[in-house]
Amino acid sequence: MKLTNEDIQEILDLLDATKFNVLQLQTERFKLTLRRHTGDGKAASEWSQESESLASPQILPTATATPSVAETKPSHAASPASTAGASGISPIEDPGTIAVRASLPGTFYRAPRPGAAPFVEVSAPVKEDTVVGIIETMKLMNAIHAGACGTITEILIPNASFAEQGSVLMRIKPDPA
Amino acid sequence: MTLRSHPRRSPIRRILIANRGEIAVRIIRTCRRLGISTVVIASDADLNSLAAKLADQTIPIGPSSAAQSYLNIAAIIDAAISAKVDAIHPGYGFLAENQKFAQACEAANLTFIGPTPAQLDAVGDKLKARTHAQQAGLPGVPGGKVSNTEDAQLLAENIGYPILIKAVAGGGGRGMKQVHAPAQLAPLIELAMAEAQAAFGDSRIYLERFIAHGRHVEVQILGDGQNVIQLGTRDCSIQRRYQKLIEEAPAPNLPTPLCEEMQNAAVNFAKHLRYRGLGTVEMLVDCDRNAFHFLEMNARIQVEHPVTEAICGLDLVAEQIAVAEGHPLAHRQSDVNLHGHAIECRINAEDWRHDFRPSPGTLSQFIQPAGHGIRVDTHMQSGATVPPYYDSLVAKLIVHGDNRAEAVARTISAIDRFQIEGIATNLEMHARILRDHHFAKGGVDTAYLPRFLQSQTVVAAS
Repeated sequence: MKLTNEDIQEILDLLDATKFNVLQLQTERFKLTLRRHTGDGKAASEWSQESESLASPQILPTATATPSVAETKPSHAASPASTAGASGISPIEDPGTIAVRASLPGTFYRAPRPGAAPFVEVSAPVKEDTVVGIIETMKLMNAIHAGACGTITEILIPNASFAEQGSVLMRIKPDPA
Repeated sequence: MTLRSHPRRSPIRRILIANRGEIAVRIIRTCRRLGISTVVIASDADLNSLAAKLADQTIPIGPSSAAQSYLNIAAIIDAAISAKVDAIHPGYGFLAENQKFAQACEAANLTFIGPTPAQLDAVGDKLKARTHAQQAGLPGVPGGKVSNTEDAQLLAENIGYPILIKAVAGGGGRGMKQVHAPAQLAPLIELAMAEAQAAFGDSRIYLERFIAHGRHVEVQILGDGQNVIQLGTRDCSIQRRYQKLIEEAPAPNLPTPLCEEMQNAAVNFAKHLRYRGLGTVEMLVDCDRNAFHFLEMNARIQVEHPVTEAICGLDLVAEQIAVAEGHPLAHRQSDVNLHGHAIECRINAEDWRHDFRPSPGTLSQFIQPAGHGIRVDTHMQSGATVPPYYDSLVAKLIVHGDNRAEAVARTISAIDRFQIEGIATNLEMHARILRDHHFAKGGVDTAYLPRFLQSQTVVAAS
């Protein structure tokens, strides 16, 4: 049973008439703390609320969508979404290369749109401001720049898979200064 | 107004919520109150979400990516059939205005809680929507295509200066030119045509009235397929890159005759469509001319619906369910009484100090304000996670007062009691806007927020 705003309001109306400043309530299904903000000319009914639902989801078995699912083609058809091992950690840390890291957690795309040519491939020359990929976070597309002048030596995260913040997307062998 | 008989459908006892986040929690709350059982779909990222915990049942719908979960029509219809629900509530976003989804529901004998597929088509296509608006007598932004400077001069005189020249093939602001005086027109038309040819391979241009000071004002309407009522205006002018951040109901400092004209226009538009369901007619108010223009209609519940609920006292989700069941409207226009003023702040997981950079992550603490006139719609609690896959909305703070000044003061105090730790949010931005004297006056235009943010950057840098 979730407490509604109306429930909270009724409890607060009761509490407003008392001298209590804190109410803590815990049942098997929820936890609620109400705290009155008093002092320096503050109105009596200024409260804050911290609540937590302690119930577990009642998970139903997944719908058996075998025949009909084939009708809908995923928009990034060529890209398996959760490729195993997409950790972005290169097995061999080459000290002579520079890592291009994900500035945000999100979905890494190698091309500007599905079906388009990738921004870069291995052995492509890049400059600091060359766009080498996109990270989609919260419906926003964030361009990833090479950050160094050099050549792409390795691309570690597959297209359309999830990249943790700070994970290594690519490696660049810098041009000699 | 006569209430004719309506085709009755079987009552809705069990609903599948084809959405996530705060709106899923919001819909569950109304269903609980009405004694309707709830089934929510959840992607892998949302299996332990508040909506999943609160719903009677949860169905895993697929991987975290929305394309494979909340947008997967076939999987959602199969989930609804296997869970034996009577109806699907689409919430907002995702499939809420998807004609194919509404058709798929119909084909599977499930009630789609929203308008008919034909109505979704009529308002979903902007050109069709504009045609319908014209037929219903709603003014669009004046303008038209021109092929030479003589045409352009005639049209410009009719529209009135300032004028905007746009490329037919352009978009997103590219290829636009402002013309402030008749003498500038001919040379700028020549230039615009040449640039359009160079940029888009298409020299066609059109003229539109340039609205220097515009407010985004919308009217909430509710229809049952025959009758339509309106539930007042909302002002959503505080936007960044077309994303609304603060909404108010009613729109402040709008001249009463203009306000009434807009409300009537919205009702006429919905009546023209024989609209069934909850909808919003969005309009652009030209502050300099004291006029309004039709923008578009949203055929769903809106993010900002709680400000309307706060002033009219209705539960809009319950009204949606009732008309979807085939009931005639339970309220006449004369029954609608608007009281006081309400403000909504959209609290997003964004670092507003750093160009609104997204900030997904886990909340170490989430303490929300409570008290008279305060409502928080959220799917968050301490320890919950904001996944990176969906939009950045973490909570909506809705505050009601007897008048606007009281609502503003109460909102400021409520924001001060809001504590969100573990992710960056725009709470402080809201606190600053609410304390800004331009906002306090009421009725800022759509250029206000970019200007305000610019001033904040200057203050921070100095």
